[in-house]
This record gives sequence, C-alpha cells and structure tokens, in this order.
Amino acid sequence: MTNVTGLQAGESAEEQAFQAKIDREERIEPKDWMPEGYRKTLVRQISQHAHSEIVGMLPEGNWVTRAPSLKRKAVLLAKIQDEAGHGLYLYSAAETLDASRDEMTEALHDGRAKYSSIFNYPTLSWADIGAIGWLVDGAAIVNQVALCRCSYGPYARAMERICKEESFHQRQGYEIMMVLAQGTPEQKEMAQDALNRWWGPALMMFGPHDSNSVHSSRNMAWKIKRRSNDDLRQQFIDMTVPQAEYLDLSIPDPDLTWNEETGHYEVGPIDWDEFERVVKGGGPVGRERIRDRRRAWEEGAWVREAALAHAEKRRQRKMQAAAE
Amino acid sequence: MNETELMDQPAANAPALDAGTQAIFVDYLLHLGDNGLILGQRLGEWCGHGPVLEEDIAMTNIALDLIGQARMLLTRAGEIEGAGRDEDALAYTRDALAFRNLLLVEQPNGDFALTMVRQFLFSAWSYELYRRLTASTDPGLAAIAAKAVKEAAYHRRHSGEWLIRLGDGTAESKRRAQDALDDLWIFTDEMFEAQPGDAALAAAGLIPEPSSLRPDWEAMVERVLAEATLTRPDPGFRREGGRTGRHSEYLGHILSELQFLQRAYPGAQW
Ligand SMILES: [Fe+2]
Ligand SMILES: [Fe+2]
Repeated sequence: MTNVTGLQAGESAEEQAFQAKIDREERIEPKDWMPEGYRKTLVRQISQHAHSEIVGMLPEGNWVTRAPSLKRKAVLLAKIQDEAGHGLYLYSAAETLDASRDEMTEALHDGRAKYSSIFNYPTLSWADIGAIGWLVDGAAIVNQVALCRCSYGPYARAMERICKEESFHQRQGYEIMMVLAQGTPEQKEMAQDALNRWWGPALMMFGPHDSNSVHSSRNMAWKIKRRSNDDLRQQFIDMTVPQAEYLDLSIPDPDLTWNEETGHYEVGPIDWDEFERVVKGGGPVGRERIRDRRRAWEEGAWVREAALAHAEKRRQRKMQAAAE
Repeated sequence: MNETELMDQPAANAPALDAGTQAIFVDYLLHLGDNGLILGQRLGEWCGHGPVLEEDIAMTNIALDLIGQARMLLTRAGEIEGAGRDEDALAYTRDALAFRNLLLVEQPNGDFALTMVRQFLFSAWSYELYRRLTASTDPGLAAIAAKAVKEAAYHRRHSGEWLIRLGDGTAESKRRAQDALDDLWIFTDEMFEAQPGDAALAAAGLIPEPSSLRPDWEAMVERVLAEATLTRPDPGFRREGGRTGRHSEYLGHILSELQFLQRAYPGAQW
C-alpha cells in the first residue's frame, strides 16, 4: 500500500523532493529530475494515448467517402484531422521524456504498445460515426478532463488543447444520432443498432474495475492518474443515460437502474471476458487495424527516405555555396 | 433538401444572363464544383493511410478545402440554375454523364508520388484560374474565387515541394515521381481546352478563356520540374471529355461510394 503522499521509507532525497513537489500540486517539467518508474509509466500511457488517436482515424476514415451529405463529409474530415493533430501533440509530449516517435511507432506495429481497444470494433453503418463521436469521444473527454490536472506538465497541457476539440466531436456525434433518431424508421434502427454495439465497449474504455487495476495506486500518488477507473466510468454513465433517453434510444442493458439514494445510474455486469479477449486478441478487427497501420508505414518508407535524402542534399549544397 | 423553400429564392446578385448563357454558366460552375468534390473524395481515401502523420494531416486539410470549395460552387450553380437543387442534390443525385470534372482529378491515388503529381498539376492550374475568377462579373463566383485562390496557393506549394523532394530525393523516389508525371501528363491538355460555350462566358466577363491560363501554368510547372530534376513528358495522346460527361471508368466507382447512402435511402435527411 502507498500512503496518501506517496512518500515511502527508503526513498532517496531526490525522490522525496519529487514527491513533495507533486504533493504541492506543482507540475513536473521535462528538465526536472524524475524517478525512472514515473518516466516509463508516462511514456507508456502517453504513447498508448497517441496510438489510440492514430488507430482511431481508421474506423472513422472508413466512412469519409460515404458520408451522406457534403457538410457531414467536411465535419468528419475535420474531426479526423483533429485526431491526427492530437496524435502529434501526444507524440511530442512523449518525446520530452526521451521516447522517439519511430520507436513508439515500431512498438505499436509489433504489438508491444497498446491502444484503446474500442478501435478494434468495426464501423458498419453511418450511425457508427455518430455513436463514436457521442460515446467514444464522450468517454475520452471524461478521461481527459481528469488528465488536464496530471502532474506532468507537457501531458497536462496537451490534454487541455485536446479537450476543447473533443467536446466539439462529442456534440457533432450526438447531433448525427439526433438526426437519425428523429429520421425514418430505418434511420432510427441504424442509430439503435450502433448504440447496441458501442455501449459495452465504451464502458470498457475506462479500464478494469478499481479492485482489478494493477497500476492505479502508485499512479494516483504520482498524480498521473487523478481519479479511479470506476469513478470516471460512473460519471460517463450518469452523463450518457439521460442523453440516450432524450434520443428515445434504449441503453442495451436490462439491469440498468436509477438509484434514488446514491443519485447514480447502476449498470449490469460488464463483460470483462470480452474486454480481455479484445485487448489480447485484437477484437473483431484488431488484426486489420494494425495491418493497415503497418502497411501505411511500410509503403511510406520510400517517401520518408526521399525527404531525408533531399534535406541532406540541400544541406550539402548550402555548405558548398558558403565555402565558395 | 427543402425544394420549395429554395425554389422561390432568386440567386443572390445573379448576373443578368440570357437563358442560353445561364445554362452554360451553370454547367461551368458544376465543372469547378465537381473538380473540388472528386479530388476531395480521392484525397479522403488516404485518410489514416498516409506515409507520415504530418502528411495525413496535410492531405486531409487539402481535402477539406476542396470539399469546402465544392460546396460553395455547387450551391452557386444551384442558385443560378433556379431549379431548387442544393449542393447535396447536385453532388448526390447526378449520374456520371452529368459530372463535369476534369479527368485528371478522378484518376486513382496510386502511390504518394502519383497523388502529389496529380495535386500539383491540378493546383498549379486552379491557382491561375481562381486568381482570374476573383474578377468574374458574377459576384458570387468572384467571392468564392477569392477564398479558393489562397487555398490553391497553399496546395500548389505543398505538392510542388513534394515534387522537388521526390524528384531530387532517392533513385526510387525519382523513378516514382517521373512515372507519375508520365502517367498523368496526357490529362493536362484538357485543362486548357475551351468548350463551345466558353467564349460567351468569357465575353460576359464571367470566366477567363481557358487557353489564357496556359503560359503561367507552364512557367510554374517548368520551374518546379527543373528543381525536381524531372523530365517534362513528350506531348503524346491527350485524354479529354470530363467537361462533356465522357469520363474514365473510375468515376462510376467514385460515385457509387459517394452517393451510396443518398441512393439507398432516397429523401432521408442526414
Ligand atoms: Fe482525439
Ligand atoms: Fe475526438
């Protein structure tokens, strides 16, 4: 067990000063001393987060060419562009911890690094684009607002920028769902089907129950994590259930109840077996997602090489010109 | 698409044109709008599959500009036509024969070199075109052109820089860039080819003569090819027909994807 401040017997003066700084709610910056465990945990978490943004472009990209109106197409393109930008800020944040983007990319491609398992589910109808914005970006906001107060400065600042854009995405997704839910019976069915498929995976985005979460207590002391998985999940549920009611769509959970006393919704058991399978085995389209990312990377190798070769030629010409 | 509402609205600042010229002008606006729509659609296929994250962002950005241009141009075409067709009616319910885009923009993405060469050849042209269209006697088109010319300048610069990097990069990138240029060159004449109605539009000050763009386009292309150490292909067989609805085999497939939902659920709102 870690005590409240995270201070433990046998810690060095450096470690104690580091923890004291965190306890005073001061941010840790790249040049500050930090324990190796802190650095590693952050690199893992930030790169995982960056990879999620990048892999997340694929299920949404699947509908760009089929968006049902030009306005929807433009909004979707802009959203995907935002997600790529999020990936970029996050990779930069991880680079401040001496992780290289190429190494992180490699770790994603060979399966060492994880990303949010939600993107291992396929987008089967246009309503999935609505459901992703509403539920997946909605869950991401709940997680990320908490991360804006993370102890590591560059990560917290990246989160602040990202959160603003995520809330647009959430509203746009909800608006797609609204139009479908109020549309023809087929459109409403499409919306309900999307909710049926994305609800469970969205709840799993917050990770295992607190009782089963491996990294939680130390990350809480280091203020890498500020609120527990179950806490965040509950906030998402309480926020989302009334939104579904407003759409006149039903949450696919026969056990869902409102608890008058606690003022919270209670959901039925979450299918953690499925979660495990998806995390480990990639889920319905996990293999495709990684294959697509790897292919894009491999097929782009000659482009990246050309850019480097050209930059080198320019550099040499400049030097030659200066020498003359 | 609320047709009755749109029907009663006369086009804002519509130039006074006789019926024949008006129909030709609508066709011309469709030509511009379709160029943006189809090239934007093609670039959208890259989404998430670019060679490097920064390029995913750049290509999405260009796609977004082009779709934005298409929306404004198709809207303007619908206003001047006055038959109640909005941007989506025009984008989603016309068949290939009624599309007016250049053949160049519907060519498949191929590799990154092909996509960038296609973009450069097109954007170098559209920059020259929109620059002149800012002075169109149709104030609606002039306003769209004022925005589009800035975007085209960025697209031309971005793709031109890539042409130089690829041409003057490695042996492989040079080969790929030259192949792309050789593949696409036959589609470039079409950009400067006048259609029978263009003279009347030019006389009314609505558009420039298509052939008048050629010298500036040539100068830009020559400059970039020289820096890229690429060879200008010999003028060979020329492909044209986009503006009269004689497209390549690719357009039908593009439309079947683009229009799928509107066709599967006719009349639904999205
Ligand atoms: Fe994001
Ligand atoms: Fe997002």
